[in-house]
Amino acid sequence: MPVIEVDGVTHVYGEQHGRRVVLADISVRLTERRIGVIGANGSGKSTFVRLLNGLVLPTQGSVRIDGLDTRRHGREVRRLVGFCFTDPDAQIVMPTVREDVAFGLRRRGLTKEEVVSRVARMLDRYGLEEHADHPAHLLSGGQKQLLALSSVLVTEPSILVLDEPTTLLDMRNAAKVADAVSQLEHQVVLVTHDLEMVKGFDRVLVFDDARVVCDGAPTSAVEHYRRIMT
Amino acid sequence: MSMLGMYQPGSSVVHGMPAGGKLALMVLAGVGSIFLAQAWQVGLAMVGVLGLFLLAGISLLTAVKQIRPLLWIVAFVALFHVILSGWERAFVVVGVIAGLVLLASLVTLTTRTTDMVDAVVRILRPLRLVGVDPDRVGLVLALGIRSVPVVVALAEQVRDAQRARGLTASPRAFAVPLIVRSLRHADALGEALVARGVDD
Repeated sequence: MPVIEVDGVTHVYGEQHGRRVVLADISVRLTERRIGVIGANGSGKSTFVRLLNGLVLPTQGSVRIDGLDTRRHGREVRRLVGFCFTDPDAQIVMPTVREDVAFGLRRRGLTKEEVVSRVARMLDRYGLEEHADHPAHLLSGGQKQLLALSSVLVTEPSILVLDEPTTLLDMRNAAKVADAVSQLEHQVVLVTHDLEMVKGFDRVLVFDDARVVCDGAPTSAVEHYRRIMT
Repeated sequence: MSMLGMYQPGSSVVHGMPAGGKLALMVLAGVGSIFLAQAWQVGLAMVGVLGLFLLAGISLLTAVKQIRPLLWIVAFVALFHVILSGWERAFVVVGVIAGLVLLASLVTLTTRTTDMVDAVVRILRPLRLVGVDPDRVGLVLALGIRSVPVVVALAEQVRDAQRARGLTASPRAFAVPLIVRSLRHADALGEALVARGVDD
């Protein structure tokens, strides 16, 4: 498994009067296959996972993925770490389903045949083949999230970061996405409010007020989270 | 509508033509249309365009749907020319407009957006010499096309929220949240593009 090292990270938004510390002196080393991140809204968990592929660079401290510093090796890190956002509409960048999956493979030096075959494999895996040439905006919420997942996975990252992928979905679609996530072979870092999703995980971090307040097995972490939320 | 992802897959000769070739022929047709002066010439050109639709395996009903949004403009232009220069001139002008719109629609109905964008990127490549990044222009084009249905959906949501709160006649109550939500969407889209390695 790849190694994620977050070392003494503090992150601050704004300056002087509007200054807000969203992460305060976080240090963790993540080597497990399934890592859950839970916490209240505004606790810093989304900023934390954005550090992992260099979307956010820490104000202080460093983040290394397999030894690559996100500050100095952003490009390499982004190739290692795929990112799936909460709102699938905001990450679908091309008009049709097939084109969106193929988008991430541009400038990767692949032949046209290779691109076509990788895209077809991904569409088939997530049941999107029959919608391949349909406008992406006409898909259901669950299908859009599966499309977003396919678009990330087609680039073959080693780590997949998912920031609340089921929050905007109904129960059926959320179950579909959760099922897809549970079948991934990758190292997964999942931010979620759905405590069921992290049940079988190897490690769960609980965020509260910009800090990791609990780091351990799902049972103890969820228990801790419930305690601070009541 | 076709540019918004209404591409109709097919294996016809028209589908198989390279996107750049189709765009070039469209430009040529636009230039050539200047020389159409007789009603019979326009009629013949129109038959040719509709023939291309059939060749592409696209129904004439779909063709008619492409010019429906232009109906009011075409009707106004036709009336204007009937009054000022007679029915034949009106037929020529309206026929040329409709023919060119149909031809443009045919190109977009038979060409994937990515192929179109790639063609534009290739055409713009010489502009690298003056500092233009053709890939960036192509991406902007694709994102523009992709964003239209998103903004339409946002507008519908804002209008629904407006109705629910009884603010039906307030343009400000419509425009402000729409702009704010569009900017938020643009922000999130930018973040997603970075995450997908566009800047790398």
